[in-house]
This record gives sequence, structure tokens and C-alpha cells, in this order.
Amino acid sequence: MAKYFLRRFLQLVVVAFIISVLVFLLVHLLPGDPTVVILGANDTAHNRAILDQQLGLNLPLWHQYVIWLKGVFHGNLGQSYLNHQPVTATIKSGWPIDVELIIISQVIAFLVAIPLALVTSRRPNRALDNISTTSTFGMLALPPFVIAPIMVAVFAVGLHWFPATGYVPFTQDPAANIHDMILPSLAITAGSIAVYYRLFRSDLISTLQEDFITMARSKGLSNRWIMWRHAFRPSSFSLLAAAGVNIGALIAGTFIVEFLFAIPGLGYSLVQAVNQRDYLVVQGITLVVAVAYVVLQFIIDFLFTVVDPRVTRE
Amino acid sequence: MPDDRELADTRSAPRLLTNQVPGLAAADELVVSRQSETLDSEDLLVSKPMGILFWLAIGWVGLVVVAAILANVLPLPNPDFQNYSSINASPSLHHLLGTDDLGRDLLSRLIFGARVSLVVGFCSVTVGLLFGGTLGLISGYKGGRLDTALNAGSFVLLAFPAIVAVIAIVAFWGASLFKVTVILSVAVIPLLYRVVRASSLSFANREFVTAARTLGATSARIVFREILPNVVPVAVTFGLITVAGVIVIEGSLAFLGLSVPLPTPSWGNIIAEGSSNGELNINPYIMLWPVLSMFLLLLSINLIGDRLRQRFDIREGLL
Repeated sequence: MAKYFLRRFLQLVVVAFIISVLVFLLVHLLPGDPTVVILGANDTAHNRAILDQQLGLNLPLWHQYVIWLKGVFHGNLGQSYLNHQPVTATIKSGWPIDVELIIISQVIAFLVAIPLALVTSRRPNRALDNISTTSTFGMLALPPFVIAPIMVAVFAVGLHWFPATGYVPFTQDPAANIHDMILPSLAITAGSIAVYYRLFRSDLISTLQEDFITMARSKGLSNRWIMWRHAFRPSSFSLLAAAGVNIGALIAGTFIVEFLFAIPGLGYSLVQAVNQRDYLVVQGITLVVAVAYVVLQFIIDFLFTVVDPRVTRE
Repeated sequence: MPDDRELADTRSAPRLLTNQVPGLAAADELVVSRQSETLDSEDLLVSKPMGILFWLAIGWVGLVVVAAILANVLPLPNPDFQNYSSINASPSLHHLLGTDDLGRDLLSRLIFGARVSLVVGFCSVTVGLLFGGTLGLISGYKGGRLDTALNAGSFVLLAFPAIVAVIAIVAFWGASLFKVTVILSVAVIPLLYRVVRASSLSFANREFVTAARTLGATSARIVFREILPNVVPVAVTFGLITVAGVIVIEGSLAFLGLSVPLPTPSWGNIIAEGSSNGELNINPYIMLWPVLSMFLLLLSINLIGDRLRQRFDIREGLL
């Protein structure tokens, strides 16, 4: 177990290191001279040389990387060329919004998928099962940028149940905040529901054919007890794995809905920064999201070993 | 020593699919679900006929492909032509799907927009299969140092959240049809590599391969004549699911305004234009057509992939 985690942790460090190098190099992929980007094309060569020195651009690349990485560890990701705000400030104000969206959407997804699967798996191929299996197959074809506009058209523009855009910070007005977040969260939850439901249902069906379930049945245990105490855990491994896999899709989803609903999360800032060519902001957000993603995968791997100890057996 | 290597494989495969295929989880199921003898009727009826839905799905994909190829030949107005005398027109005989806020014909934009999704989707998966597939085929059969190195590389690449990496590269490199296709090709190489490698590995020690080796066949012959034909169904099925995933990523990028630059239409950017604040109120058709087409296209590709998977009986013991 310890050995397994040490290896996974080393993997994590290596991947994080490679991410940092690639993200650092991104800025150097830029065509042309960053000083031209900052000062404009008409400035003098002398001013450019001074800026070169200020930014450390005259140093060898590896040295620039070391300086940059030191800054990163001290919470300094540089500042925006445009409004001179530190990049870390943008990230600090943005990330709770992404996390909130992801958490709400995942809570909804599990609340829908798990009970539904528990009901339908007991009687596969009945009407309810067929309906949910078919409709979740359809939901697999509804990425956020397809379903979100439909939801806005129906629930915001048509029925006026929710605002079409806008965002109120949670600290300012929790109720309004949640109200604003429901529609965006629903838009990214569709795919999760479909994946979780389909996986959990098919695993439950196969678990229910195991001998220990027959045994439990013949002991006269109630169906509810069998489903929750005997079938749930052995069927939930793929569900957890899928939740881990799903994080990438969720990040993409939050970017889409933040853009559509004008919610100032990380995705919104990222897209804005890309359009304004605010490169350090792009670099900073990319680094933070990529590293957070890798760390989350690591945590989910850990949870996985808690649910299914067989994973670490070597 | 099947222990370590296989354990690592079964556990890492889902992660890869994860990134690359947001919102599209036929692939996840394929990989994640553990091997089991389910009573699932789907699995039992491997050789049942494909069914009418399958052919409808083929029909829709075919229609979209043909329309996209023939876009220049079809009697359509220029997708960028702005006709100010018919702005936000409803569907009519003259404009079958209506016009947008600049008086551009929506059917024309829809059909020309399909080109972007299809080119990006099919080209990057083809390139991904050529490179990733070939490498996977060889390293699955050969094993050894090459395999170890490629595995490590593919893990690192798959550890990136695809959408973030793609956005970052587009931000610094710029967006065009060619660049987006190149970036997404690179993004799917490690994914398809892992799938093909796993499949190749599962055939590497089968009797017919041993027999060929005993008869003195060269490695190249074994890989391409013995293993490749067996790997093709898996590669094609997965490739198809990946096409849907790539189309989703391209659509997301286009929606965010980070794919093919305007005014070139693509389904993603038409949806974004049509979902802007006032537009949903005034003319929901702008958004409706590409949303419907995209939904049906993804549904069809998923359905075809799903049926092929059943037909070839691909389960995920492999991965």
C-alpha cells in the first residue's frame, strides 16, 4: 500500500514537473518578441533592451524557468499586461465558482443516477428501465454547448424561471447565488447523469447475479437491504472511476457555461485572456487548472483503494 | 508477469478516455465497466441484425457528410452573404431554414459549418490512428524498452486535461482549421495508442501468432498480417467514438470563439452567435438548427459505435 502510493506520488510529481515546463515554454512559443507585444512595434531598441533585462528575457532559458518556478511557489504568477492585476488574484476570485458549479452538478448527477439505477437494475428490460436507458443514451450526445442554449431558451427566455446571465457572489447573497447557479449546473450535469447511470446499472445487474446475492435472497433478506448492503459497494468501483474520468469533461463544461452565462470563473477569465492576448493570465490559469486536475486524479485513485483494496495488491 | 503491467493498464485506460472525450461517454463505459458476464441482453445477442436505428444513424451521418462535401455544388447562397432585405427571416421556400440577424442563409451556414466538424473529427482521428495505432501495434507486440518509453509518454500526455491544453495552445499558436486539426490529432494519438496497444498485446501470445513465428515469419509480417486484422475492429470502433469526442471538443472551442475564426461558419460558433443575449428572444432558429444537427450527429456516431462494439464483441478486459 505504502509502496503503491509512493510510486503514484512520484508519478504525480513527474507529471506536475512536465506540466510546469510545458506551460512555461508556451509563452516562448509566441511568434515574435514579447517586448514588442508589451511595448508595441514602434518603441526604440534601447527601451526594449531595458525591458528584456527587467523581465529577465536575456537569461538562458533554463535560468528563466528556475526564476519563474520560484515565483510560482511564492504565489507569483506575474501580472496581467492589461489591467496589471496579479494573475493569482484573478485565480483566487475565480476558482471557487468552478468548484461550486462542479459540486452542484455532481450532487445532482449522483442523486438522479444512483436511485434510478437501483430501481431499474432489479427489473432490467422493463418499461422504466428501457426508458431510462434510452434517454441516457441520448444524453450522451448532449455536450454542454449543445444543451445549455436549449436550457436558456426554455427556462430563462421562455419561462423566466432563471436568469439568462448574471452572477451574484455566494458571500453576498447565498440564495440568489444558488438560484443563478442551478441552470449552469444542470447544463453540465446531463453528461454525468448518463455516464453514472449506465455504468452503475450495468454493474448492479451483474452483481445481482452473483452467488452471494442468491445466498442473501435465500436467507430471506429484504430487497432494500440486499441492494444497499450487499450489491451497492461491489458495484460502485466503476462509478468512482468514471467520476474521476469525468473531471476533464466537467472542466470543459464549466468553461462553456461560464462563457454563456457570463459567470466570472476561471474558464471565463481564461477565454477572455485568450481573446485579449493576455498571455501571463492564460499561462497562470492553464498551470493551475492542469495541476489541480492531476492532483484530483491522485486523490480519486486514493479513494479508489479505500473502496476497492484489491487495487494495491501487487 | 501479468500483475503489475495489467493492473496499471486497467486502471489508467479510463483516465485517458476521460480527458479526451468530454460529454461523450460511450467510450468510458467501454473502458471502465469491468469484465462481467452480465445478463444484459445486449451482450447476449451479438449477432442480431443491426436494426433500423443503426441504418437511420448511418443515413444521417451519410447525409451530413455528403452535404458537406457537395456544399460548393449545391444550389446554396454564399454562407457569408449578408442579405439585409431578409433579416431574421423564418423558414420559407426561399430560405429553407430561415436567415440570421445579418440576413445570412442558415441552411447554407449549417452545411458549410458541418465541414469544420467533420474535417477536424475525421482527419485528426485518421492521423491519430496512423501514428498512435502503428506505434501501439508494434509496442504491444514487441514489448520491451520501446513499450515502456511509449507507455510513460502516453501517460504524461493523457494526464493533461485536454480542453485546457488545447485552449492554451490555440491561445499561443493561433486558431485555424489546419492548426486545430493538428492540435487535436496530437491530442488523440496517446489515446488511440493505448487502445491499439492493449488490443495488440492481447493477441501477441495467441496460438496463431506463435504458429506464425514457428513457421519463421518476420516480426513485420506477424504484426501486419496476423495481428493487424484482429486489431482493426477495435481500432475502428474506438476511432469512431473518438471522432465524436473530437467533434465535441472542436464544437466547444468554436463555441468559445477559439476555433476557426469568424465569419467562417462552424456549428459551434453558430450556436454561440445564436445564444447571445437578445438573439434567443428574437430568432431562436439560429441556435436551434446547429444544436439539433450536432445532437443527431453525436447520437448517430455513438449508436454506430455502440452497435459495432456489440457486433465485434469488444469488452474491456482488453484495456
